[in-house]
Amino acid sequence: MSSPIASDVIVVGGGIMGAATAFFLRQRGVSVTLLERGLVGQQASGTNFGNVRRQGRFLPQVPLANRSRAIWGRLNELLGEDAEFIATGHVRVCFRQEEVAGLESHAQAVREYGLDLEILSANELRSRYPYLAPGVIAGSLSPLDGHANPRLAAPAFGRAAARAGAMVIENAEVIGIEKTGDDFLVETSGAGTYRAPAVQVSAGAWAGTLSARFGEPVPMVAKGPQMAVTEPMPYRIEPVIGVSSSVPEEGIYLRQVKRGNIVWGGGWRGPALPDIQRAYVDPMNTLRQLPMLRRVVPALAALRTIRTWSGIEGYLPDDIPIIGPSAKIPGLFYAFGFCGHGFQLGPGVGDAMAELIATGVTTTPIAPFSIARFATP
Amino acid sequence: VAARTILIVGAGPAGTRAAERLVAAGLRPVLVDESATSGGQIYRRQPTGFTRSPEALYGFEATKAGAIHAALPALGDRVDYRPNTLVWHLWENEAHLLTGTTASRLRYDALILATGATDRIIPLPGWTLPGAFSLGAAQIALKAQACAIGQNTVFLGTGPLLPLVAYQYAKAGAKVAAVLDTSTLGNAIRALPSLAARPAMLAKGLYYTAWLKKAGVPHHRGITPLAIEGTDGVAAIRYRDAAGREHRLACDAVGLGYGLRSETQLADLARCDFAFDPIARAWLPSTDTDGGTSTKGVYLAGDGARIQGADAAEIAGRLAACAALKDLGMPVPDSELAAHRAALAPMARFRQGLDTAFPFPAAQASDLPDDTIICRCECITAGEIRSVAGEKGAPELNRAKAFSRIGMGRCQGRMCGPAGAEILADALSVPLPEVGRLRGQGPVKPLPLATAMEP
Repeated sequence: MSSPIASDVIVVGGGIMGAATAFFLRQRGVSVTLLERGLVGQQASGTNFGNVRRQGRFLPQVPLANRSRAIWGRLNELLGEDAEFIATGHVRVCFRQEEVAGLESHAQAVREYGLDLEILSANELRSRYPYLAPGVIAGSLSPLDGHANPRLAAPAFGRAAARAGAMVIENAEVIGIEKTGDDFLVETSGAGTYRAPAVQVSAGAWAGTLSARFGEPVPMVAKGPQMAVTEPMPYRIEPVIGVSSSVPEEGIYLRQVKRGNIVWGGGWRGPALPDIQRAYVDPMNTLRQLPMLRRVVPALAALRTIRTWSGIEGYLPDDIPIIGPSAKIPGLFYAFGFCGHGFQLGPGVGDAMAELIATGVTTTPIAPFSIARFATP
Repeated sequence: VAARTILIVGAGPAGTRAAERLVAAGLRPVLVDESATSGGQIYRRQPTGFTRSPEALYGFEATKAGAIHAALPALGDRVDYRPNTLVWHLWENEAHLLTGTTASRLRYDALILATGATDRIIPLPGWTLPGAFSLGAAQIALKAQACAIGQNTVFLGTGPLLPLVAYQYAKAGAKVAAVLDTSTLGNAIRALPSLAARPAMLAKGLYYTAWLKKAGVPHHRGITPLAIEGTDGVAAIRYRDAAGREHRLACDAVGLGYGLRSETQLADLARCDFAFDPIARAWLPSTDTDGGTSTKGVYLAGDGARIQGADAAEIAGRLAACAALKDLGMPVPDSELAAHRAALAPMARFRQGLDTAFPFPAAQASDLPDDTIICRCECITAGEIRSVAGEKGAPELNRAKAFSRIGMGRCQGRMCGPAGAEILADALSVPLPEVGRLRGQGPVKPLPLATAMEP
């Protein structure tokens, strides 16, 4: 066997987290190898809704979301490719009086984190977005948020990282990983062996197997978001629209891309089969989603859905991801389990992880996301 | 024995014969069909009140059409026939049905997919102009609606349908400017031994060609199409003849097609294994001799499994029904199975002959200029496919789809898929099977957002 290929850092998993980390490590002059089992950005990173949303998040996550949003704004110049990010605004709407207070208190709370939301009355909503249903009674607008094309973003990070000197190895499934002395030794199936003093595990729904090997198992489950898209229509719906509700099944979201198709999803999750790398849309979920979608924008009833899809996403019981250093192994880092809200965070997490790995600290607080919270005594 | 539900999808020749065989076994199958009337595309009927004779509609096939049309009513209430109904998804032994905007579910013990075929298209510059139709659509317009697609039509492409549709148009009194055939006389001659497996079919093909010649319709072989020209609609076609000379022929409509492609989305949603079929140059569901697939209880029959035409479909429908009965533990005489299998053998041989006589001109797709629209739903050009193969490194079709949107539109790649795959494989310099196939996703056809579950 040939001797292992060495670099400063090995990133396992080429989703948006891993690809962005590799890119920003190169920005800092750190040599990095990105190992991806299939193709970069092919799983959850490439099949999600495409939301670039900061509002409605777990509050301690907002600084990271802000860091990410700043990068989204200059993504095209940074990567030299267009990932179709547009700051259209993101509006959360609600149907029940008791939910209005929730929107208002959230708006107040995130202001401290530098995120300014605008609470809109029913009349204000309807004058701005006349297609919203009469039953919508209030909304919260995050004017600088928007959406991007998930099929393009992570691969663009991967290509930019490669252009910047990262070794991006696709079709390289990691079949062995161990720490010997100061270095990690990572063996792939058919794509060589790699060595580095630092490893980041950003293998999405598959990451739990790797963290468990280092004595840090996590209670992660794989599920598939239930996505769909309509035939194209003239561009009318500018903001991303999401329903804020205490009833999970009502949590539908939608966005219209400039070429006209309306992408929608939410409410239900479907089965994901990590072993065969497929996640499915249960057609019953599609049928259940339809009345929820019409409830928000009734005129959508005149359109047709042309495609449904899903992706394999890792969910943790507290609905927040694992980000940061291993609690047990020096040189080991994690960024996975984003519970269906990782796309927006991708660039920021990549930047923060590169900072952490290169300098030992990160200027954005990530302590709440430590894997240590799942440690068993 | 508990009541068994066998669901048949498609009421063409294969589905109709499958239903008949199941009824003969004492079952009451469910037969779901997208159309308002049975018969499939080949024996598609004219609307109520239209009065052309079966001979005018179906020519030599009038007797067969009549027999298929009569078969279903003869079964009466012993078949649960549901016209105007789409199977838009399959999930855990349940079919998701859609009639209008009403959705329902049907649990099945066995599923026979007799989903038929659509035209196989190779785009060319100008193919999205009004007046350019697929060959099959041109035939349906005439057969079902008594309409011609133009006043002065060119039929372009290859395959047995090409001279047939031209003949049907000319015979109905429509002017046919020319038949432009990409295959050569040499191809046809080489195919004769295989085509002789079905002498009557061969004779019919020769008859159409001879009739067209007698009627003075120009039939040019070995041509290379260059472009359909026009501004608001089709005005002319440009092509290169076998000797390499360029021609421009005025016309106001073009019917184009290069044989048929199997409708396999439901087999995909049923998670059947697929394999690359070098004759069809396509990924097809793998079946055993009787139509059984890798998915337990799922059977394929007719052109939806493999393009062999209507006569083969009738036999394959009966055979798939027998296979399903057998697997459900019901008696089927071995002699019957043997007879159906034997009857299918010359069909397969004839099919190989057709592919020799009318080879799919794959290079035509890969040679298309960069600005040619390949995916007409999403307006994706040949150049865009080449650029995702090159700059963005898409090594297979699903990646090319993710980057370029090819196959993401209303047709979900059913029209653009074959040519898109050829262009991608050529751009990557790999054999066609290596670019894989587009993953099937529901809905099979667009699903109205107004859809509601039946109460």
